[in-house]
Amino acid sequence: MVADAHHLGHAIDISSTSPTPFWRLVRVELRKSYDTRAGFWLLAVIGLIVLAAEIIVLAVVTTQDESIALGDFVAVAAFLTSFLLPVLGIMVLTTEWSQRTAMVTFALEPRRPLVIAAKALVGVLLTLATVAVSIVIGAVCNALYGVIEGSADWTFGWSDFWAFLLTQVLAMLGGFALAALLLNTPAAIVVFFVYKWVLPGLFELGAQLVGWFGDLRPWLDFQSAQNAIWEWSSSGEDWANLVVSGVVWLGLPLAFGIWRVLRAEVK
Amino acid sequence: MITVEGLTRKYGSFTAVDNVSFVCQPGRVTGFLGPNGAGKTTTMRVMVGLTPPTSGRATIGGHLYQHIPNPGRHVGVLLDASAQHGGRTGREVLEIGARTMGLPSSRVDEMLEMVSLTSGEAKRRLRNYSLGMKQRLGIAHALLGDPSVLILDEPANGLDPAGIRWMRGLLKGYAERGGTVLLSSHLLHEVEQIADEMILIGNGRIVAQGDKKTLLAGDATTASTLVTALDNQVLADALAAKGIAVTGAGEGLRVDAATVDVGRVAAENAIVLTDLRAAEGGLEDLFLALTAETQREAVV
Repeated sequence: MVADAHHLGHAIDISSTSPTPFWRLVRVELRKSYDTRAGFWLLAVIGLIVLAAEIIVLAVVTTQDESIALGDFVAVAAFLTSFLLPVLGIMVLTTEWSQRTAMVTFALEPRRPLVIAAKALVGVLLTLATVAVSIVIGAVCNALYGVIEGSADWTFGWSDFWAFLLTQVLAMLGGFALAALLLNTPAAIVVFFVYKWVLPGLFELGAQLVGWFGDLRPWLDFQSAQNAIWEWSSSGEDWANLVVSGVVWLGLPLAFGIWRVLRAEVK
Repeated sequence: MITVEGLTRKYGSFTAVDNVSFVCQPGRVTGFLGPNGAGKTTTMRVMVGLTPPTSGRATIGGHLYQHIPNPGRHVGVLLDASAQHGGRTGREVLEIGARTMGLPSSRVDEMLEMVSLTSGEAKRRLRNYSLGMKQRLGIAHALLGDPSVLILDEPANGLDPAGIRWMRGLLKGYAERGGTVLLSSHLLHEVEQIADEMILIGNGRIVAQGDKKTLLAGDATTASTLVTALDNQVLADALAAKGIAVTGAGEGLRVDAATVDVGRVAAENAIVLTDLRAAEGGLEDLFLALTAETQREAVV
């Protein structure tokens, strides 16, 4: 290359260089999600917490002689990962800013929307992996339950599977959207937990005290709206609520955050 | 080749870079010199698309950086050696760069060897690196894609004297093979040793540019010479007789004239000289004078 430049004089010949393909960015971003101790342990801890919780559930139901189905094990996992995956979605994006590696990343790939899309896709891939691992752990625990109790209930429909998958992807993207908006790990995590814990209470209170807010609430409460996915609701309004509240909590922060990243000076 | 044309970057009412234009030629090492906060880093950041300019533009080989596909294969960039994840090993940092650019892992080993990082050091995490080691890794990262242009911000910072000598050899060799090198520094003697061309910047404006000789020649009025004769007193009298100012400096004299004039006076008076040279720090005086307004300390 250096020798070439000498012959070409002052111009750089870019005609023979192909742009970095998107799949290569995805593979690099995936590698970056686990090649540090922090990243590796975040992923490991998600798996370990699910495993520990399922073992506790298994121990409790077998000692109490209660009945349980595979779907119940999966529901326990879904409850836990709905807190952990958003943190993953946040970390995938904010570490570039907290560790200042965004400078290097965007110098090697100036098409910033592609980098952000690659990161979002990595978040989705890791969410799929988490869902798969959770179902495997749940199945193993359910099988153990069958061995201990004599019979196991394998009730777990495809609709449950898709609902699990979809709600987890939405949870992860919720964290990702807040991360894009705030570009700061602690701030994004705090805001996410306010959204997760405090907001439903405020919605409830608002609906009780202010009459008209009760009508508005379904259009704003993204978490409650996701029940439509679990129930496979046949009501069009439920799905409309999900889409509108999704735009408010995912679409707007993501759009504004990406707009900011594209314009921002990368320090 | 790097071309900067009328580049300005403002932050509110503060102008970090003020209508800056210059060219870095292939085959030359260009030194970008100025005190802290002069606008060197901002200019370099605009070059690689990390900071949008307020007006003007910077092109590399005729292209805006953002328009170069897989830019790491054409332009090697080191803006801040510390801007890497502290939890990643040195080898992993290069591995990620190589994979992004679509290069084989063998390239990582070549680069580690080139910057003399041992395999043991390459396995250590970056938070355990000294600044000098980070700089070596950053230079390796910049050279990964075998680029024809190098943009390095304060690369000598944190290197020991042997490291600075090593980098000088590396960059000179790179330029001799036809590469373009732009490196910044706030230390004059660093740049003086490495650079063929120099661009002096202060307060966001370019105050002088050219090669070392041109810069000094352009300032001939303040030329100053250090001279030692067998009999300094005789020489001092001879110079004084010609109306040339002389002051004592160590074992010899400091004369406000070019070396050739001092030599001529000595020859005319048959005075034996044991040492005759242009006063060290001539360029430093120039640098301090040119950037005086922007210095935090007044020039004495």
